[in-house]
Amino acid sequence: MAKTMTSENRPSGPHSGAIGRPIDRIDGPLKVTGRATYAYENALEDMAYGCILGAAIAKGRIAEIDTAEAERTPGVLLVMTHRNAPAQPDFGPAVTPTVPEVFTRARPALNSRWVRYYDEPIALVVAETFEAARAAAGLIRVRYDAEPGRYDFRMRVAEAYAPKRTNAGLETDSVIGDFESAFAAAPVKIDTAYRTPFEHHNPMEPHATLAAWSGNELTIHTSAQTLVNFRAGVASTLGIPPERVRIVSPFIGGGFGCKLIVHADTILAALAAQALQRPVKIALTRQQMFANAGHRAEMIQQVRLGADNDGRLAGISHDVWSATSSFEEYCEQTAAFTRSLYAAPNRITRHRLVPLDINRGEWMRSPGEAPGMLAFECAMDELAERLSLDPIELRTRNEPAQDPERGVPFSTRNLVACMEEGARRFGWQRRDPTPGRTREGRKLIGYGMAAAIRPNYIGAATARVAIDRNGQVTAWLDMTDIGTGTYTILTQIAAESLGLPIASVKVKLGDSRFPRTAGSGGSWGAASAGSALYNACNALKQRILEAARSSEASPLHGANATEASFADGEVRVGQRSASLADLIAEIAPDGFEAEGSVAAGATTESYKAYSQHSYGAHFAEVEVDCDTSEIRMRRMLAVMAAGRILNAKTARSQILGGMAWGIGAALMEETVLDPRSGHFVNHDLAEYHVPVNGDIAEMEVVFLEEHDDKANPLGAKGLGELGVCGAGAAVANAVYNATGVRVREFPITLDKVLAALPLTAI
Amino acid sequence: MQSFTYERAESTEQAAAAVAARPDARFISGGTNLLDLMKLGIERPAHLVDISRLPLDRIEETDEGGLRIGAQVRNSDLAADPQVRLRYPMLAQALLAGASGQIRNKASTAGNLLQRTRCPYFYDRNMPCNKREQGSGCAALQGFNRMHAVLGASKACIAVHPSDMAVAMSGLDARIETISPRGETRTIPIGDLHRLPEAMPDVETVLAHGEMIASVTLPPPPPGRQVYRKVRDRASYAFALVSVAAIVEKSGDRIRSARIAMGGVAAKPWRATAAEHALVGAATSDTAFTDAAEAALAGAVGHGGNDFKIPLAKRTVRYTLATAAERA
Ligand SMILES: Cc1cc2nc3c(=O)[nH]c(=O)nc-3n(C[C@H](O)[C@H](O)[C@H](O)COP(=O)(O)OP(=O)(O)OC[C@H]3O[C@@H](n4cnc5c(N)ncnc54)[C@H](O)[C@@H]3O)c2cc1C
Ligand code: SF4
Repeated sequence: MAKTMTSENRPSGPHSGAIGRPIDRIDGPLKVTGRATYAYENALEDMAYGCILGAAIAKGRIAEIDTAEAERTPGVLLVMTHRNAPAQPDFGPAVTPTVPEVFTRARPALNSRWVRYYDEPIALVVAETFEAARAAAGLIRVRYDAEPGRYDFRMRVAEAYAPKRTNAGLETDSVIGDFESAFAAAPVKIDTAYRTPFEHHNPMEPHATLAAWSGNELTIHTSAQTLVNFRAGVASTLGIPPERVRIVSPFIGGGFGCKLIVHADTILAALAAQALQRPVKIALTRQQMFANAGHRAEMIQQVRLGADNDGRLAGISHDVWSATSSFEEYCEQTAAFTRSLYAAPNRITRHRLVPLDINRGEWMRSPGEAPGMLAFECAMDELAERLSLDPIELRTRNEPAQDPERGVPFSTRNLVACMEEGARRFGWQRRDPTPGRTREGRKLIGYGMAAAIRPNYIGAATARVAIDRNGQVTAWLDMTDIGTGTYTILTQIAAESLGLPIASVKVKLGDSRFPRTAGSGGSWGAASAGSALYNACNALKQRILEAARSSEASPLHGANATEASFADGEVRVGQRSASLADLIAEIAPDGFEAEGSVAAGATTESYKAYSQHSYGAHFAEVEVDCDTSEIRMRRMLAVMAAGRILNAKTARSQILGGMAWGIGAALMEETVLDPRSGHFVNHDLAEYHVPVNGDIAEMEVVFLEEHDDKANPLGAKGLGELGVCGAGAAVANAVYNATGVRVREFPITLDKVLAALPLTAI
Repeated sequence: MQSFTYERAESTEQAAAAVAARPDARFISGGTNLLDLMKLGIERPAHLVDISRLPLDRIEETDEGGLRIGAQVRNSDLAADPQVRLRYPMLAQALLAGASGQIRNKASTAGNLLQRTRCPYFYDRNMPCNKREQGSGCAALQGFNRMHAVLGASKACIAVHPSDMAVAMSGLDARIETISPRGETRTIPIGDLHRLPEAMPDVETVLAHGEMIASVTLPPPPPGRQVYRKVRDRASYAFALVSVAAIVEKSGDRIRSARIAMGGVAAKPWRATAAEHALVGAATSDTAFTDAAEAALAGAVGHGGNDFKIPLAKRTVRYTLATAAERA
C-alpha cells in the first residue's frame, strides 16, 4: 500500500514549516470582497471606451465599409478600420521560424481588407462611453466580396498534411520497431477511432485591456498569463522596443491557456490610445471570445493496440488528425504523452493537420493530454474488456521500466501506486466488469477509471527578494496568479526558507517591471517561479550570514560554525542565535536584497537524463437514467503523485478544477462550427455548456507522498493540468460500464446513448 | 444596442396605454430576457415602460378555489408559495427546474410566458432568421438544430418556446388575463396564447401591441398526481431538451383522467390531448403509457440534429405518466 501524505512524513527542508500547509489563499479576502482589481475595472482619468466590430463572413474581402454614420454618433472619438489603422507589420508566415516566436510575433489588427475568419475585427469604435461606442459600431455598414471557405473538418481529412513539429516543438511523428507487423500478428487487437469537438477555454474574465501612453512609454493593464509574451507581442506589433512597454496584470479571472499571447483587445487599445492620446479600454464580449481568443480544435484520433493473450502490448499506435487555421498553424501534441505512458516494443505516434478558414487554436487546459487521454484511455478500457482483464491490471502489466521511447529512467513514477491506492479507496472491487448490469431504481450505475500523465516543464525564471530592518520580506516576480494560488505558495516558500511567519512575507506579481519568469502555463508556474524564489531566498540568506559574521555591530560577529539555520524568526549559527529583525537592523539598516534563477528545464542535464512527469489515477462513478439516458456524476476520486505538494489546499483545488473540466470534456463541452458559414454557432455560456455545481457531485483528491529531486531544488512538479488528464476518460469508461454503450464521439450527450439503450419495463 | 427612453408605469391601464401609444415601445419586467436581446441588437425598442413595480405581485385564491397569480410574481416566489407547492406541485417543480436562482429571483410570471426562443441563429444578427427578420430565411432548418421543434413547426421556423413554467401551466389549464390599452380585459386560455410559426414566426402570441398580461389564473387543481420531468444536457442551468408535465387520476388500477403537456418540442407548450383521451379508462400499464407516448408524438418530424427528441419525448412521456400513476 502506498503512503499518502501526512504531516510527519512530508519531505521538506531542514526549516520545515510553511511549505505544504493547506493555508487559505492570500488573495482570497481581496477577491471575495471585490477589492482585487481586474483589467477592465481599472480606471484612468480621461479614458475612452472601445468596441470591436467583427466580420460577418469567414473568408473574403471588405468591398466597402461605410463609417460615416458611426462617426457622426455623439460621443464617438475614433472609428478605426483597415483604411486608417496605423501601419503594422504583416502577419507573416503560418509557422514561425522558431518555437518561441509564436508567442512574440506581431499580431496586427485592422491592417488589411482581407477577412481570414468569421468575426475577425474589421473596425474599432472609440467613444466617451461604452454605450456610445457599441451603438455606433452597430451603425457601420459593410459590403463584402465573400469567397468560399473551408469549414468542414470531417469532409476534409483527406487534405491533411504533416506539420514540421507540434506544439512546444515536440516531434510530429515517432516510430519505434515495426508496429504494422506486430499489430497484424497480435492475437488481441483494438482499432478504433474517436472524435473530440471544438472546445473553448471560457475563463470567467474576458480578455480586456486598458492602454495608456505617457510620452513614448506604454502601460497596459490586462489579463495575461505570461507577461513577457504580451510585452513582446505588443512591441513587435507596434514596432517599439519591449522596454517601452509595461504590462500590469496582478489578478486574472482564469486563463486556461487563452491568455498566453496578445489578442485584438490589447493591440487595438494600444493603437487607439496612441491615436487619441488618451487611455483606451477594450474588452472582448463573451461572443467575440469564441472566434478571437483561441479554442481547442476538432480532432479525430485512431488508436490501435495489439496485445498478447495476457494483455502485454506488442504495439501501440496513436494517430491524430486535427483542424488548424489556414494562416497560423497550431498542432496540439495530442499523441505526445503516448510516447511515455505504456511499454510496448513497437510504436507509432503521428500528428496531421487539416487547414480550415478559422482562427488559430490555442493552448487549452492540458494541451495534448486532455483530448489525447480522453481517446487513448478509453481504448485501453476497450482492450481490457476484450481481454477480460481488469483495467488496472492491464495498465500494471504494461508498466514500463524506463521511458519507452526516450530510453532514459523516470525521475519518479508512481502510476501503479496511484491506481492501487485509488482502487482501494474507491471500492473498485465492487465494479461489475460486465456493463449494463448494475441498476438502482431507474438508474444504471457504472464505474470507470483512467490513468493520468503530464510532463513536467520548467521555464526560465528569476525572482528578487528583499528583507528590511523590521524583518519584513518582499518578493518580486513578473509571475501571474491566474486563480491557482501562486501568491500563496510563493509566500509559503519565502516564509519557510527564511524561517519567518507568513504574515512577514509580501509577494508582488503581475508587473513586467519585476524579474522575468515564464508566467502561468503548461503547469510550470509553481515549480519554475517557486524554484527561482527558493534560490533567491538562499542567496539572501548567504548575504545575511556573511554580513552577520563579518559586521562588528552584529550579535553573531565572528560566529564561524558552518551550521546555520533560519527558523522561528531567528538566525542560528552553531550555538549562537539572534532575532533576524534585530540582526538586520544592526548590520544593514537599509536591508538586503538578492536574486535567484532557474534555467529552462529542457536545457538542463537532469531533464535530458530523466523522463519527468507527474502521474495519477482517476476513478468515476456515474448514473445513467434508464428512460432518458441523462448521465449524472455520483462521485470521483483522483489519486495523484506530483512531487512535493507546496500547499495541500490549493493543490487539491487545482485537481478538483481539472476533474470538473474532465466532466466537461466527457459529457458536455462542444462548440459547433457551422460548415456553411464558418462561425461558432453556440457562442455564449447559455449554449456552450461547462459543468455547473449540480454536475459535480462528490469529489475526493489524494496526493501520494513524493519528492522529485531530479525536477528542481524544491522537489515539486507541475500539477495544475494533471487533474484534467484522464479525468474525462474515467467518466466515459464509467458511462460504458453503466450502459454497455461505447460512445466514441465526444461529448457523450444523452442522444448518443439513447438510441442504443433498450426500454426498461415499468 | 441603441438608445431608448424609459418610464416607470404608475398603473396597469397607464402602462398599457403608454406602450400602445408607440409602436416601438415595450414592457419591461424582470428584464432577464429583454435586456439580453437588446444588448445584442435583436430587440430594438426606442421606449421602455417598466411595469416591475406595479402592484401585480400577489397570489390570491379565487372564488372557484383556484389561484390568481399576479403578472409580477417572481418565479422564485411562485415556486415557494405554500399553496402552489401543496396543490400545484408540478408548477413548483417546473419553476425550480428553470434557469438559475438569480434569474428566478428577477423573472416575472408574465415575462416567463413571453420569453423568446433561444435558437442560436435568432441570437446572431449576421444569420438569416425569419423570426428576427421576416423573409430572410431560417438558418436552423439545415443548420445546428439540436434544440429545435419536432411538432407544429413550419418551413419558415422550427424554434421552440423555452419555458418550463408555461408547460406546467398548460397542463393545469391556466388562463391568461390581459388588459388592453383601452382598459378592457380579456381571458385567453394558455393554449391559445402562443401562435405556431406557420408563415409568420415573428408573430409569437395573440396579444395586441400594448395589451398587457395582468394575471394568470389556475383553476382548482384537477384530481390526480402531478409530475414535472425536465430532461436536459446538464444537471441545472440548461434549457429543456424535452420536458413533460403529467397528471394521472386513477380509480383502482384504471386511469380515470390524464393530462400531458410537453416542452422543448414546439413553439408553444404542447398539450397532447389525443393521448390524454386515449388513456381514459385504460389500465395503468406499460402498454397504456407506451401507446399514449406514441400518440403524444404523432406527426412529429425531426430536422436532423433534433431527430432524437422524438424517441426521447416518447420515453419521457411514458416514464412521467408511470410516475404520476405511481407505477415507477
Ligand atoms: C441563462 C438563462 C437561462 C435560462 N434558463 C431557463 C430555463 O431553463 N427555463 C425557463 O423556463 N426559462 C429560462 N430562462 C428564461 C427566464 O425564465 C426568462 O428570462 C424570464 O422568465 C423572463 O422574465 P422577465 O420578467 O425577466 O421578462 P422580461 O425580460 O422583462 O420580458 C420578457 C418579455 O415579456 C414582455 N412582458 C413582460 N411582462 C409583460 C406583461 N405583464 N405583459 C405583456 N408583456 C410583458 C416584455 O416586453 C418582453 O418582451 C433562462 C434565462 C437565462 C438568461
Ligand atoms: S428556427 Fe426560427 S428562430 Fe431559429 S433561425 Fe429559424 S426562423 Fe429564426
